[in-house]
This record gives sequence, structure tokens and C-alpha cells, in this order.
Amino acid sequence: MSAALPRRPDFDAIAAWVKPGAHVLDLGCGDGSLLRFLREARQATGYGVDIADDNVLACARNGVNVIQSDLEAGLNVFETGSFDYVILSQTLQAMKHTERIVKEILRVGREGIVSFPNFGYWRVRAQLMAGRMPVSSELPYQWYDTPNIHLFTIADFEGFCRGHGVRILDRVVLTAGRSVSAAHNLLGAMAVYRLDRCGGGAPVQP
Amino acid sequence: MTQAPRSVGLVAPLDMAFHEPLALKSGALMPAYTLRYETYGELNATRSNAILVCHALNASHHVAGWYEGDERNVGWWDNLIGPGKPVDTEQFFVVGVNNLGGCHGSTGPASVNPATGRPWGASFPVVTVEDWVEAQARLATRLGIERFAAVIGGSLGGMQALQWAVAHPGRVGLSIVVAAAPKLSAQNIAFNEVARQAITTDPDFHGGDYYAHGVVPRRGLRLARMLGHITYLSDDAMAEKFGRELREGKLKFGFDVDFQIESYLRHQGDKFSGYFDANTYLRITKALDYFDPALAHGGNLAAALAGARARFLVVSFTSDWRFSPARSREIVKALLDTRREVTYAEIDAPHGHDAFLMDDARYHALIRATLDQVPA
Repeated sequence: MSAALPRRPDFDAIAAWVKPGAHVLDLGCGDGSLLRFLREARQATGYGVDIADDNVLACARNGVNVIQSDLEAGLNVFETGSFDYVILSQTLQAMKHTERIVKEILRVGREGIVSFPNFGYWRVRAQLMAGRMPVSSELPYQWYDTPNIHLFTIADFEGFCRGHGVRILDRVVLTAGRSVSAAHNLLGAMAVYRLDRCGGGAPVQP
Repeated sequence: MTQAPRSVGLVAPLDMAFHEPLALKSGALMPAYTLRYETYGELNATRSNAILVCHALNASHHVAGWYEGDERNVGWWDNLIGPGKPVDTEQFFVVGVNNLGGCHGSTGPASVNPATGRPWGASFPVVTVEDWVEAQARLATRLGIERFAAVIGGSLGGMQALQWAVAHPGRVGLSIVVAAAPKLSAQNIAFNEVARQAITTDPDFHGGDYYAHGVVPRRGLRLARMLGHITYLSDDAMAEKFGRELREGKLKFGFDVDFQIESYLRHQGDKFSGYFDANTYLRITKALDYFDPALAHGGNLAAALAGARARFLVVSFTSDWRFSPARSREIVKALLDTRREVTYAEIDAPHGHDAFLMDDARYHALIRATLDQVPA
């Protein structure tokens, strides 16, 4: 019933990794457009999680299952290993408890998929060099109204993974929707990662 | 075609008589019974657009609209149901039914038992949520409804919506479970027990056969209702509505009404005891106490819900302490564990348990959006 939904640039990269028929949890799902895309492109099942009333309503209008819940409080309602993929698309930089949510993603999901705006992108750096907080299509907020509280670079994230027992299985770096093949931390506007826990995925559900 | 929401208008109740005995969960048999119900809207040619509305403790089949000559007697969920309303009667055929054992027209303790020629009274069996759903299912069959597009209810009504999905997975497309719980807590049962004790210890109760004495245990019912009412409102809602306001502006140093809240509870108790049957109240509170679909599955709610095929919309209200959001999350968790289709909303509303009856824009918009996705 609703018109075609806007597709964010990371959707195709995510869909390429998601196996057909997978069970997916999308954290910070917004209006549910990623889940709807994965349902149509990959016959995926699953749920979104969002705290905002208007997003819960938008999901209902999109026919997407959504659980209204605060991600900062953890994922207690979800069992260990109960999803093939837990996705955190463009949300990690807006979270307070970064370590906890990454740990929870890899507890609940066999794999995690995380995308974020790269604060090391040269245009971002250039705006900072010019003395202003960066505003771009990936970071479309002013400093005073941004939900983003933990901005970081590709190099930062990979260092975080190394230090937290997180294994990087796959990575796609994008600028204006196109894949970047070199000098990622400088030329990439956005990064998408497929992750699991070092020593294999989450324990299989008993 | 979108129109401004309006009332379904003038409605009239209908009766359906059943002569096939109904085996109750208690082991008792209802040889014959009548269910009183109302319908709004039109059943479509494929009979696929029916919605069942299940009532909670004190409500009835009179869900929307009003009666001729009694325009103030507006249905209890009229703000939700009607042309252009979230449950749109231009699109859906809506059925409200007074449950078995009720006191609004369906066969209940105050009805005459044909076997004795006297009111059933104490001999009316204890009925359960499961029994109500079976009776509702029979009514649906008689109305030509093989499958409901949705079953919706709040509180005890939500338990019936859940039970429908468990007992008749092929007969319900969407189960809307509002302000409910998968079973009562000890505290919930405790409140019910105090209410029942208030009734059964009233000298006018006569062991449940008060009809023959021409009296009703009005004082007990009144206390039961006052107690219940406290649990329907949040502390904040009560503070907001009454605070410590005095009815006559000064303390009276006596034991009659000082505070407005006392006056309000007495009024609610008086009103309720004037129309509600005490035996029905006892049975409905027992139905609440006994509801526990997980019990037959060793306490595993996910196992109980694994056979459900409906989509679910589960809604709770932050200020509801009778059936708090944590209780709704138990239902949601069980549905997630068994990979059912479920959406859960936790509405930040101040009214307490009664919020499910309120006209809250977020809550109503969600029900509207969810029903818009239902192929009618």
C-alpha cells in the first residue's frame, strides 16, 4: 500500500550478505525500510527494534514487525543465538553504550552487520580543517541537533574490533553509493561490516 | 474514501440461542445457553472482514453506538470503533459479544435454569477464558464467520484475543492483545480474592442464591468495585484528577467523605452495584485467576504459543501497574522465541490500566495502521 521506500546506500551491501530466508533483527530500524527491503530481496523474516513512537507507527504502516524497546537497555528480550543476523545500520554512532551493544549483537546474532558514517572521510576532515563540524549526506545534522554522540573512523572501528574479540568477516566501504577500493579511511564516506565473535559465532541455541 | 470519524449510531442487541451442550473446562456441562451480541458494518461476500471484540471485567457486547431511547448509553469502545475510526466499520464487520456467565443478556447466574425454573445462582458453573472463546467460536460459526480478520481485546479481553490464537490458529488472522498479561501474578489474584470476599461475606449474598430473597449483595459489590477501580488508575492519574482535594473545602473530623477521591470511589461503587451481578463478578475474577495458557506446557509460554498462526499486535501502557509493560513483554518474548509475527508497542500514557479505553492518538494510530495491513 505504501509507495516505494527510500533505499539507503548500505542496503544493497547488507542484502548481498544476508542469506535467503534468514532470520534478521534490525536495531534502530526507523521506518522498517531495510527489513522490508530484505523481506522482498531475500525473503528474510524478523523484527525491527526502535524506541521512537513515530518509527513504531511507520513500521506498522510498512507491514514490518517492530518491538518498541530501548537499545541502551540491552537486548534481554532476545535469546542468545536466536537470529542469523543482527543489524545495526547507521545507529552505532548514536549509542551511549557502544561496547555493550556490540557485545549484545554478537550474543543474539550468529553474525552482526554494522554500518556507520566514516568520520575519517576526507570531506569530513576538510570541514574540520576549515574549523567547522562536518555536515554531509552521511552526517546530515548540525552540531547542536545531532543524535550522533560517538563519531568514529574506519581505523577506530577496526581497532575497537581487535580489542574486543570481534572478528571482521567482510567489509564494504562506500562513497556516494559506489564501492571504494583503496585508502578506505580517507576516501570512504560510509563503511559496512559483517562481524562475528573471535573463535566462531555465537553459541548455537540449545 | 476517507470520511471524518463518526459513531455507528443507533444499534440494537441480538440474541443467539445454542442447544448443543458446551463442555466447560471445569468438567461441567452447559446444556443450552444464549449469547447476546451486537454487530456493526457489513460482512463482505467472502466473509473475510470480521473482527471480534472481547470485553474485560465489567463491559459487554455493547461496544459502539447507542440504543434507541437511551442515547447516553454509548458503547464502551466507541472511541475506537465506528465509520472512519481506527477499527473502521466501513471496512470491517465488527462483532461484540457478552460472555457466557455475564449479566448483560447472555446466559449467566441470574438467568433462569430451565431444569429448575429458578435462577442458576450459586449453581452456575465457573467459566474460564477458554470456555468463553469456545462459546464465541460457536457464535462465529453461526454468523457464517469461519475466520476472523482480527480478534481484539484489552485486559481480560486481551487474554481472550491471545487464547483465540492458541485455540483456533486457523480462525484468526490478527490478534490484538492490549494491556494484558499471560497469567495473573500473586498480587493480581490477591486483589481479586479481596473483591470476592467482600461479596461473599455480604449478609445479602445468601451463598449466591440472593435472587430468591429479593436482595443483592450491594455492599460487597460496591467494595469490590472500589478496590478494582484503585487498580485501574495510576498513582499519577489519581493525584492529577483528585490530589488531596476536599469535597467540602475542610476536614470534618469524622468518617464520612472528606476527600474527593473517597467521593469518587463511592460513586463508582454505587453505580456499579446498581447494575452488575455479584455472581458474574465472582466468576469473571476466577476466569482471570485461572487464565494460564502456559500451564499445559509445563509453564513454557513459548511452547503454548508455538502453534499460533496469527500476527500479533501487543500493546502496553507505561503507567499500567495492574498489568504492567513487563507482563506484556512476557507475551512478546514468548512470541519472539517461537518466531511468531509480532509487533509490540509500549505507549507512554499516564492513565494506568484504563489507558486501553482512552482515546490516545499514538495507540489508536497504531491499531489503525495495523488493521490497514489486514487483507479484508
